[in-house]
Amino acid sequence: MGLLDKKYQDSNIIIVSLEKALNWARKSSLWYMQFGLACCAIEMMATAASRYDFDRFGIIPRSSPRQADVMIVAGTVTLKMATRIKRLYEQMSEPRYVISMGSCSNCGGPYWEHGYHVLKGVDRVVPVDVYVPGCPPRPEALLQGFLHLQKKIMNETLVVGINPDKPVVIQDKGGDQIDIANVDETDEHKTAQIEFPQQDVKRKKEGA
Amino acid sequence: MKTTEELHRLLSAQFGDETCELKPDEKVEPWIVVKPEVIRDVAKFLRDEDGLRFDCLMCLSGVHYQKENELGVTYHLFSTSEKHKLALKVIMPEDNAQLPSVEQIWKTADWYEREAFDMFGIRFDGHPDPRRILCPDDWEGHPLRKDYQVQEFYRGMKVEY
Repeated sequence: MGLLDKKYQDSNIIIVSLEKALNWARKSSLWYMQFGLACCAIEMMATAASRYDFDRFGIIPRSSPRQADVMIVAGTVTLKMATRIKRLYEQMSEPRYVISMGSCSNCGGPYWEHGYHVLKGVDRVVPVDVYVPGCPPRPEALLQGFLHLQKKIMNETLVVGINPDKPVVIQDKGGDQIDIANVDETDEHKTAQIEFPQQDVKRKKEGA
Repeated sequence: MKTTEELHRLLSAQFGDETCELKPDEKVEPWIVVKPEVIRDVAKFLRDEDGLRFDCLMCLSGVHYQKENELGVTYHLFSTSEKHKLALKVIMPEDNAQLPSVEQIWKTADWYEREAFDMFGIRFDGHPDPRRILCPDDWEGHPLRKDYQVQEFYRGMKVEY
């Protein structure tokens, strides 16, 4: 029984809220779909190998989109590949997450101006949860991206109260705690760290 | 082992002076310009003739000569037995860029010719699979032409930043 071996006096009942248990379970087994497209894939492989060892977070590769929880877009997204990425993203079962790894998939990277064949950011076709900067990012950076994604998952809630169509302010409270709340859109908040998770998707659907 | 000048003499004896022209170049290496319609016969001759035996097509590349309104194909050949090499060029007008495929002579030309078609719009007659190789099948234009204008949208995705 590992760390919990003989730690309890009575029967092994732990009281925890349902959403926390669900979130904990989900964040502890993030199976990622391998999407190695360029040199970032080498760093992704290094992260999964023994020195950095993704497995200690429960993160293991899964080659089928149906059984994957998170897609790491690691590398240059060409327009030809972007149609495939969208198809594979749609084949993933919800809840699903996307980590955009490296400058190319964040914003086009070195191909942002003269690359006629490169999509200028994978967030133009699929909604992205975590952006990992770097060219390519070191394994530590990718690991940190996953830690951020775990924080995001731990803050997901079953409770009514957060409207995903409204702007959301995320405050980092240190440690594992972040605070998510809806806000009205004001000038003050425009300068704050604001995410529009659902609106971005809608706007892209309309082609704006 | 033969020099390009010797190879040119052999080719003109076989195919006539007007079909192949020697271009001496002091800076890099001399090359031979061949008329498009005879390129497959020339290729077969170079591969099969005793003493020539060009069994390896090292590279096949397209070129756009924008000032002259011409498109070109460059063949770099090598003979593993005779240890000599040769640069062949074919020059065509831009509006009728068409020449016989050499895929039947050297199998490696298959993908090279698809690339030259994809990037420059040069058509290779007799190619078994004349599709684009790098760009998507429904891509517009040929990106390595010097007057290439990139399309604004591809399947709803904006191409320029």
